[in-house]
Amino acid sequence: MIEVKSLKKSFGDKVILNDVNLVMETGKSNLIIGSSGSGKTVLLKCIIGLFTPDSGKVVFDGKSMIDVGVEEKKELRQQIGMLFQGSALFDSMTVEKNIKFPLDMFTNLTAGEKKKKVNEVLARVNMEGANKKLPSEISGGMKKRVGIARAIVLNPRYLFCDEPNSGLDPQTSLVIDRLIRDITTEYNITTVVVTHDMNSVMEIGDHIFYMYQGHKQWEGSNKEIIHSKDERLNEFIFASDFLQDAKQMRMMQEDQNKKQQINA
Amino acid sequence: MKFFTKFGQYLLMLKGMFSRPENPKMYWKEFMHQCVEIGIGSLPIVVIISLFLGAVTTVQTAYQLVSPLVPASTIGQIVRDSMILELSPTVVSIVLAGVVGSKIASELGNMRISEQIDALEIMGINTKTYLVLPKIMGALLMIPCLITLSAFLGIWGGRTAADMSNIVASDIFDIGLRSNFSPKNVWFALTKAYTFAFIVSSIPAYFGYFVSGGSLEIGRSSTTSVVVSCILILVADYALAALLL
Repeated sequence: MIEVKSLKKSFGDKVILNDVNLVMETGKSNLIIGSSGSGKTVLLKCIIGLFTPDSGKVVFDGKSMIDVGVEEKKELRQQIGMLFQGSALFDSMTVEKNIKFPLDMFTNLTAGEKKKKVNEVLARVNMEGANKKLPSEISGGMKKRVGIARAIVLNPRYLFCDEPNSGLDPQTSLVIDRLIRDITTEYNITTVVVTHDMNSVMEIGDHIFYMYQGHKQWEGSNKEIIHSKDERLNEFIFASDFLQDAKQMRMMQEDQNKKQQINA
Repeated sequence: MKFFTKFGQYLLMLKGMFSRPENPKMYWKEFMHQCVEIGIGSLPIVVIISLFLGAVTTVQTAYQLVSPLVPASTIGQIVRDSMILELSPTVVSIVLAGVVGSKIASELGNMRISEQIDALEIMGINTKTYLVLPKIMGALLMIPCLITLSAFLGIWGGRTAADMSNIVASDIFDIGLRSNFSPKNVWFALTKAYTFAFIVSSIPAYFGYFVSGGSLEIGRSSTTSVVVSCILILVADYALAALLL
């Protein structure tokens, strides 16, 4: 479980995060959504320790990222896996070396054991046989899958994903979303996803936080979001006419089902 | 004010490099990789430049030494001292600021922009120790070697040019090479080599590590790092000459 307590962050005079409080549960996909400039990426970077907040705390299962010493912080970070927006794979290394890198750095496994582990995670993300390929030789969706494989190779307790669907076609996005959801339940980890893709929200959003102008505007599940009465949230999720129509159709359908149930 | 902020940031980067490595074996591997990149990667250009520097120095010295009172062997002496004292350390370092410096700045800049540095940080790796320190250590080991080699090649190039252009015979050139040799000059050249190696590696590492923006900024920081390195090499060259000679 990750707890964000009264988090504040400013750059100069500009307040980016203003008293943010969140609780992200283990074994669930926790989604942070919001329009551009709402502070969700800064929030993510504060949680993982890339930015130091002005005040407030981020607590990982009882351990505060800000209060712990350097060595403890390193240990804590080794329990974090992260999928970056651009995948952040090391250009000069093959897919296998990219995934093996955390194992080389932090474990004393033999070469055979490392190879086995790499093949296991590659199979988990459906990328068998891509060991010798360079990042420049694989597609955007494959890069994301390799990024996930690298993130989970050390069996982390926390998985962070920054815009996992950006630049991907809807079909590949769905594959990545389902992979994130399955890994979350399979490894029983706390997953935090920053996105503004509504398909992801509906597909994997066990717990959703809607950020608006640096504060948490709304939280709930993907089942609740569609019925939310929050105007700002509705403006965000039903920004397109198509989605508004879809919402109306869905609500009509639900009303009809209720009537049918009452009649029955 | 901006200068002091940047200078402070540079000093903090250098201070931040000294932390306990997570896995010394991986750091050693990276150090070796940098030695190959900096040393072997720059070898062809250093060889070519040094040979021609020596050759040109010979021809131009001969052109200026028109007095029959000055013995021809003096050309060898001048070429030797020019190569050891100035041309090899300074010119080769300026060339390396372009070759090695721009590579370091663009490599780190690209890693910063594409979030590879963030990825390493999140894994719990001190990126200053893992990425910057091996580059500086590699440069400190390899650049003095390259400069020493350059001095030898420059003198050999000058000797060959003298012989081929019938300026002075090799045996007379050799007399000049052996006369009035001061070992102090070699120590001075090596002091310069270590100083310049530090500049050539640490300045571009700073500009690359702290780049922000997009691909345009990577190019800009790479260019700025080369310009700043060249200026600092020349300033340090003068300061060392004034202090040590």
